[in-house]
Amino acid sequence: MTTEPNTIEDLANREYKWGFVSDVESESAPKGLGEATIRYISARKNEPEWLLEWRLKSYRHWLQMTEPTWANVRYPKVDYQDIIYYSAPKKKPGLKSLSEVDPELLRTYEKLGIPLREQEMLAGVAVDAVFDSVSVATTYKGKLKELGIIFCSFSEAVQEHPELVRKYLGSVVPPNDNFFAALNSAVFSDGSFCYIPKGVRCPMELSTYFRINAANTGQFERTLIVAEEGAYVSYLEGCTAPMRDTNQLHAAVVELVAVGDNASIKYSTVQNWYPGDKEGRGGIYNFVTKRGKCIGRNTRISWTQVETGSAITWKYPSVILQGDNAVGEFYSVAVVNNHQQADTGTKMIHIGKNTRSTIVSKGISAGFGQNSYRGQVSIKKGATNARNFSQCDSLLLGDTCGAHTFPYIEVRNTTSKVEHEASTSKIGEDQIFYCKQRGLAAEDAVNMIVNGFCREVFRELPMEFAVEAQKLLGVSLEGSVG
Amino acid sequence: MLEIRDLHASINGNEILRGVNLRVNAGEVHAIMGPNGSGKSTLAAVLAGRDVYSVSRGTVTYEGKDLLEMDPEERARGGVFLAFQYPVEIPGVTNSYFLKTALNAIRKHRGLEELDAVDFLKLIRERMRLVDMEESFLHRPVNEGFSGGEKKRNEIFHMAVLEPKLAILDETDSGLDIDALRIVADGVNKLRRKDNATIVVTHYQRLLNYIIPDFVHVLVDGQVMRSGGKELALELEEKGYDWVKETPENVTT
Ligand SMILES: Nc1ncnc2c1ncn2[C@@H]1O[C@H](COP(=O)(O)OP(=O)(O)OP(=O)(O)O)[C@@H](O)[C@H]1O
Ligand SMILES: [Mg+2]
Repeated sequence: MTTEPNTIEDLANREYKWGFVSDVESESAPKGLGEATIRYISARKNEPEWLLEWRLKSYRHWLQMTEPTWANVRYPKVDYQDIIYYSAPKKKPGLKSLSEVDPELLRTYEKLGIPLREQEMLAGVAVDAVFDSVSVATTYKGKLKELGIIFCSFSEAVQEHPELVRKYLGSVVPPNDNFFAALNSAVFSDGSFCYIPKGVRCPMELSTYFRINAANTGQFERTLIVAEEGAYVSYLEGCTAPMRDTNQLHAAVVELVAVGDNASIKYSTVQNWYPGDKEGRGGIYNFVTKRGKCIGRNTRISWTQVETGSAITWKYPSVILQGDNAVGEFYSVAVVNNHQQADTGTKMIHIGKNTRSTIVSKGISAGFGQNSYRGQVSIKKGATNARNFSQCDSLLLGDTCGAHTFPYIEVRNTTSKVEHEASTSKIGEDQIFYCKQRGLAAEDAVNMIVNGFCREVFRELPMEFAVEAQKLLGVSLEGSVG
Repeated sequence: MLEIRDLHASINGNEILRGVNLRVNAGEVHAIMGPNGSGKSTLAAVLAGRDVYSVSRGTVTYEGKDLLEMDPEERARGGVFLAFQYPVEIPGVTNSYFLKTALNAIRKHRGLEELDAVDFLKLIRERMRLVDMEESFLHRPVNEGFSGGEKKRNEIFHMAVLEPKLAILDETDSGLDIDALRIVADGVNKLRRKDNATIVVTHYQRLLNYIIPDFVHVLVDGQVMRSGGKELALELEEKGYDWVKETPENVTT
């Protein structure tokens, strides 16, 4: 007879499907970090003087800072001098069509299930694909351009729209915000830039697929999304990474700025970096700073994340609710398995009147995984009638994993209301048996229960992304009758 | 269809079933009665394949096969259905999605084509009428927030959709109001066919006025102490279980 522990182990033992290394020749900076490295990166990217200065200043901040140790994660010390900080595919960037893209690279994407051409034709998704450090393909630009939407690689934006970049870069996450943000600010390689002008509703989901490829190359994405008055954009970020032995550092910074009144930004992530092997060897260190700022009145910023990969996750997508009536949302599914560790959550900073925030966090732990939710809700003095609702649920699969919750609540305005609900449950043997008694295989039963547990978060994802998220969890999507 | 011989089963070292004998043929309805804790649910669970119970002795043959060798899902796909005494909640999974997955797993096993969304919807609408179930229950998570009676009715709805060969109803009547009892009993009767069989576990003779059993068995201390026709239920109601204990008559049907 199949027993429940077997099921869970089977799930836990599932091989990382996308672990392969593609053969694109890359051009790299020498190992190590110093002012020379930064000058090299900046020069390679042909950056203006002010940006080089900004990087150098960030680097000097970083030198003064120490790596944070408060997170509930354990990992060997990172040797920042043993990392390559810049690597670019040999082919020159700025290709006009996909046919100019290295065929090997295209094959890599196909293996990942991201056929760019099909996406372009069928899905109506504009993909700005970041392969290692340089964007290699940008689609649908023309259509977006007609609407005045700028969607390009960050490097391109530096060249073409320096005034916008200069205005908003670091305006939400200042270079000295934290250790990893400072590092990113010094050495960021590339990422996406997105600008939605006043009154424009972006008609398609904008998406970027990231992939770490060259060995020992830390990846330092920098993404900036700006929405003007009444503008709306939904942005998808998804990633898988190839199998690697040595740990790889990933320290991204994402800034969202809802500038004018009624601006709205929805940011969805499916994160599936290589989690390491069963013994916990290898895997990505994912130290990410994501933050949004609701400046205008009635603005909204919504983060949805499905975190299944990485050996270590350190990530707190946050919202600063500055404008009156602003809304911040955080929907999260975090899965840890084998020896993965995740310390993730959010910060909701209520400054304006009638600001509202919702936090829904679903943590799933299996194997020897450790999953921590860390969330801060801060109601400032002027935040009259602010509201927060937080719900943190943990699901344990097996006896050797852990779930932890660290809520921090700070209230400085008595008219506000903060609600926090938390639960921890074990996947029930009786639930699995009930499913089996109705004819489901043990694995399908577990998938179904886990899927149900995450439902509130999955339904926040755009449809095509929800499908991918289910796949990543090994769960089939609730059907059309559902 | 089902033949249980000298079945002994225990949990945590406590022997609960101590030599159960029972034979069920296609087309028959058997009622199992007995005092609290006598092992009725244990018997049902062992038949369904719950592995917290260990079987130390005896055999169970289902359609010529060794039932105890089969995984619970194999048994389910082979037509064994258990309506749980305490139906389980599955948060976030809608009843209809759950049933569709279950039905298709069963159909696949039997070499039938999987039903698509349209055909499935047609089927469940029809079966819903059988147990007078409201459409809203399709879209709610399995048993979550259902009242006690609604959960029981939902079990019969599952049964109506999955069309088992051998249905074991564990106290499906407890917690049902008078109208619901009649509806559930009607449903069971409508699903009754020449080629399927039902085992009804109940405490109340009342249910047996609606679902007329061919046989009534009394389980006491993990053994079938007495078997008889439907009149045995009436006699039990009158005389109580002590009567059976005092005049044991270990019968095999
Ligand atoms: N995990 C367990 N450990 C020890 N004893 C158990 C365990 N589970 C069940 N039992 C015992 O097994 C016996 C039979 O239980 P069972 O649920 O089969 O009774 P039942 O006939 O269905 O009773 P009821 O009419 O109350 O539903 C009871 O005495 C019960 O306490
Ligand atoms: Mg019982």
